Amino acid sequence: MINFAYARATDVADAVRRIAADPQAKFIAGGTNLIDLMKEDVERPTRLIDITRLPLNNVEETHDGGIRIGALVPNSDLAYHPLVAQRYPLLASAILAGASQQLRNMASTGGNLLQRTRCYYFYDVTTPCNKRETGSGCSAINGLNRMHAILGTSEACIATHPSDMCVALAALEAKVHVAGPRGERAIAFADFHRLPGDTPERDTDLAHDEIVTAVELPPRGFAANYTYLKIRDRLSYAFALVSIAAALELEGGRIKEARLALGGVAHKPWRDAAAEAALRGEAANRATFARAADVLLHDATSYAHNSFKIELARRGIVRALAQAAQGTPQSQSDKKIR
Amino acid sequence: MAQTSTASRDGIAVPEKIPVTLNVNGTERKLMLAPWTTLLDALRDHLDLTGTKKGCDHGQCGACTVLVNGRRINSCLTLAVMQDGAKVTTIEGLATDDTLHALQQAFIDHDAFQCGYCTPGQICSAAGLIREGKAKTADEIRELMSGNICRCGAYPNILAAIQQAMGRS
Repeated sequence: MINFAYARATDVADAVRRIAADPQAKFIAGGTNLIDLMKEDVERPTRLIDITRLPLNNVEETHDGGIRIGALVPNSDLAYHPLVAQRYPLLASAILAGASQQLRNMASTGGNLLQRTRCYYFYDVTTPCNKRETGSGCSAINGLNRMHAILGTSEACIATHPSDMCVALAALEAKVHVAGPRGERAIAFADFHRLPGDTPERDTDLAHDEIVTAVELPPRGFAANYTYLKIRDRLSYAFALVSIAAALELEGGRIKEARLALGGVAHKPWRDAAAEAALRGEAANRATFARAADVLLHDATSYAHNSFKIELARRGIVRALAQAAQGTPQSQSDKKIR
Repeated sequence: MAQTSTASRDGIAVPEKIPVTLNVNGTERKLMLAPWTTLLDALRDHLDLTGTKKGCDHGQCGACTVLVNGRRINSCLTLAVMQDGAKVTTIEGLATDDTLHALQQAFIDHDAFQCGYCTPGQICSAAGLIREGKAKTADEIRELMSGNICRCGAYPNILAAIQQAMGRS
């Protein structure tokens, strides 16, 4: 690994001061993605600011009936937290669909949001990659692109966001709380991650000198009718080819409220307001689900090796919405898809 | 925190060694480590505890699994300096005097290894799994052990060994 300086932040203000003072510095929390990328020479910070001792590791109820998750709450603690398991089982399920228990024990809530794509070319420093080196080109567009995006891509980048947790957070309309030299602000989850456009080097709207302090969930948890369906090459411990977070509120067989977010298909967790609108007010049946899938995938485009993802996503959406409507969420240990 | 000599990268002075105290298998160990030393390298190269294995060194194989403050983690993906003050348990710390840990005995009883390279990580991971108490069924054990790869393919016997140890604990 490259050499770097190391410092421990004493509080949030100290962390912000330290990161603002060094444009080449990075925060480290769980380290599961950053240390890996440093070993690969993809990330080359001159200084790591250890934030693991900051008091950001609580899950607490908010005044409006939601919850506020500290940025340092480990993924495993969050998945098993009683408030999450009972009121936001979609989030618990998505977390448990990702990584391994060892990694979930290390990985933080804030770090999960900030993890970087697993595009092979981003990791391979001998190949061009616009995300890693601005203007060097995209090796994936005409290379091996089986894992790559089918929605929201650009000429500059077709990478996908790797997180499962974030797909659930998108569906649940989370808010990301951040602090920086200019004070605190809250970012709607839909606005936190970016599409690649012509600036694929930027994954999120977080500024270099800002720190994620918490993720807030609104009261609506969809605990009765939800599923997280993840389709991947292995049954466990693999990134999604396509994943679907589906959450419904039903009233007499009709859909009162619907949330639908996809992972593995875009540079950010993919939510489509038109697809959700196509579900609202309709009968909760296969024809409705298929129409929503058609709306969501209307503009999908594929590359040499990932055209299968469009049909996989279509079938996955229908299956996930059926699982949610029936109240039979996908088990993350018994892998049979029913 | 005290800093000793400095090294240079891209013309930037960086500290070379930082004092780190780890409680490893019940013994306090004081080390002077470069910040880029992973916990895995600190255990193997600085404390000569080579039971913990370096497999992929990227968090994909689980061979480096140890318990930090009772939780199983990949020691290749954390820096030793970040764990200053932590209680670390490695495969060398599981047995009590001459009595093997229930998992070690169960792995022998069930022939749960072939080459043995992944075994320390499998056993430490299983110790963490039992402590977490989330796995009840065979499917749940398999899923929550999926971060430990065995390229010899001893999985059925690993599962049987863990089930035996769970029954005893």
